[in-house]
Amino acid sequence: MADFATQGASGVFDTREHYMALTRRRRLYSGVMLIVFAALMTSGFMVANDRNAGGFWDGLHNIFDFPAMVVAEAGEKLALLPGHLVHFFPALIETINIAAVSTLVGGLLGIVLSLLSTRGLARFPRLIPLFRRIMDVMRAIPEIVIALVLIFVLGGGPVPAMIAIAFHTGGALGKLFSEVNENADMKPLEGLESVGATWMQKMYLGVLPQVAPNYLSYALLRFEINIRASAILGFVGAGGIGYELKNAMSWGQGKFDEAAAIFILLFGAIVFFDQISSHFRNRLTQGRPVS
Amino acid sequence: MSQTATLKAEAASLIGRKRLLTIAMPVAILAYLAYIAVAFDFAGVAERARADNARALVADSYSYKTHVTRDNRSGEVTVAIEGERKGTYAPDTPPAWVAQQDDRTVIDLGDGHVVTFIGDDGFSYDIPGYGVIEGTISRARGVQNNLGDDVPDWISVSKNRLAITTDAGRVTVTRNKTEVFRYFLGWELFFFTLDSPYHGHGLAEILFGPRIDPDHSNLSGALSDFWNNAMWRHGEVAWALFETVLMAFLGTMGAAMVALPLAFLAAKNFTPVMAVRFGVRRVFDFVRGVDALIWTIVLARAFGPGPLTGALAILFTDTGSFGKMFSEALENVDDKQIEGVQSTGAPVLSRYRFGVIPQITPVLLSQVLYYLESNTRSATIIGAITGGGIGLLLTQAIITQKDWEEVTYYIVLIVLMVVFMDWLSGILRRRLIKGDAGGGH
Repeated sequence: MADFATQGASGVFDTREHYMALTRRRRLYSGVMLIVFAALMTSGFMVANDRNAGGFWDGLHNIFDFPAMVVAEAGEKLALLPGHLVHFFPALIETINIAAVSTLVGGLLGIVLSLLSTRGLARFPRLIPLFRRIMDVMRAIPEIVIALVLIFVLGGGPVPAMIAIAFHTGGALGKLFSEVNENADMKPLEGLESVGATWMQKMYLGVLPQVAPNYLSYALLRFEINIRASAILGFVGAGGIGYELKNAMSWGQGKFDEAAAIFILLFGAIVFFDQISSHFRNRLTQGRPVS
Repeated sequence: MSQTATLKAEAASLIGRKRLLTIAMPVAILAYLAYIAVAFDFAGVAERARADNARALVADSYSYKTHVTRDNRSGEVTVAIEGERKGTYAPDTPPAWVAQQDDRTVIDLGDGHVVTFIGDDGFSYDIPGYGVIEGTISRARGVQNNLGDDVPDWISVSKNRLAITTDAGRVTVTRNKTEVFRYFLGWELFFFTLDSPYHGHGLAEILFGPRIDPDHSNLSGALSDFWNNAMWRHGEVAWALFETVLMAFLGTMGAAMVALPLAFLAAKNFTPVMAVRFGVRRVFDFVRGVDALIWTIVLARAFGPGPLTGALAILFTDTGSFGKMFSEALENVDDKQIEGVQSTGAPVLSRYRFGVIPQITPVLLSQVLYYLESNTRSATIIGAITGGGIGLLLTQAIITQKDWEEVTYYIVLIVLMVVFMDWLSGILRRRLIKGDAGGGH
């Protein structure tokens, strides 16, 4: 009896000791991780600060100078602002058009690529790895690379931006679409196959109706991202509101009222399409029927 | 009976609507594309497209040319890779295919094509299967030659200029200079420039051969010459890549650190005061809506161009995105776990630490790592605007419009960098969050 009691107690003691040791080690690991992370952040910040033209602490109190200057100048010429808004609206439309058409073209490209690279659906199962690598490369190339090269060949304007964004979108959406495809139900496909449908018919009638809501939801998210991308590409010479912004900015003081108008338009457009797209995405993913 | 009839009618109308949709969708898409074709002026773009630019770009990305130039006034002959000062051969050691014989310079273009500079003003080009083109240059009469009126279309001739383009190379003669281009495959001087003692030596020779430069060991000398290669600037390029990754890292991690505490203020179950919640959420919407482009411009004014500005622009934009996502994750946490911790008498901080944080870590980490990868791409683009990292080098190389081999090199590096970050973030995601299906959003 006595034996058992001491043994039991020591057993509990061992277990507890073991648990505490485990916890201590776990804490040590997370502590070390935290210290490494903090060291990386601080040293990284210091390097970035050194290589920047102006320092962080010097610049910090100037951070509101430029916005204040823009607001002051826009305030002075408040009467001109509606005129500027109307004047730059077509450029905004161009930016949105670039985003829309590249989402559309990229989405169609993504559908084809994703169907070709999903196991069970692929037209040429042996080529699945090839199509996957193609999508990886398309995704990896930043839009600006293609846009700048195409501006050299095609000249400035919206077309280089459109091609560049569509190319990237094709890869990005293709990957997401193929994840959706993997969850598609194969039964309709078997049914279609039994009546002798071709591959195109099987995809169009058997797969696409199942996955369309998810496709649409991803495409809407991408559209949101592409509006931002097309504004940025405009800044390097690819047309749209970004180009106008660059012109207004490089003029410097005296045209900041125009810059303010462009800021307002761009901000408004981004928020507007964010809201619309998240509204529709919620409807699409929460299983409400879309008819 | 009537029930079946209405059912049938309903089905028919449903199918009819679907049928209409299947026709209407492609028509709508086509109509939109047609509108875009007009609005973006596709026809004009096709007309303005510079096929010669595209050809130069493609040819330059896999080959280079060496210029042999004679100044027709002084008779001085220089041999330079891509015509650049950095790639000029020393006068006494020209490449093997250029030979000096008394007052003649014999240039062997390969395949039997031989160009000879004679004295200060004469030249000849022996083209197999066509004949020898000879000529002289004089101040008064321009470029004289033995070609008749009937010349093939690969020769362009006028009073002051003669240009011959063959498969072996190109010869241009003007009053001022006679120039011969010979094309080679590959990227010129990628490892060592001509002034380096290691130029022309193979890897095995450098590693195991006798000491080439008596002052250094072969390895250290070769590495330093490679790193400081004046044409390709490998050292600077490596720094630029590092800067770009640094921008993405600082921006993403900084944004996550700022957004996490704010997300508690925006979550319904942690902040009952509606005004605070509303305020914080609008702040998130605002910084996200302003977008990295505008942040970059605004911040560049305060901090000047450089990687810090880029990192801060990413930080601002992503604070909004992270704040929104984190607060949504916080609203979905299970209260039971928090109550459990609370029942042990834990203070508020411990309740968050042990009740809340473990629940949201998987979502949090997977989003942060996904953004880290995607921000590497954004940092390239922001770098091009704000002037830092590989984005800046890329835009500079494109603006010169001739160093397309460098552009190709940078593009390859950028793609490798993004693929590497993608791979790294995937590995970390699987390591840190077991059972994560991957894919972010």
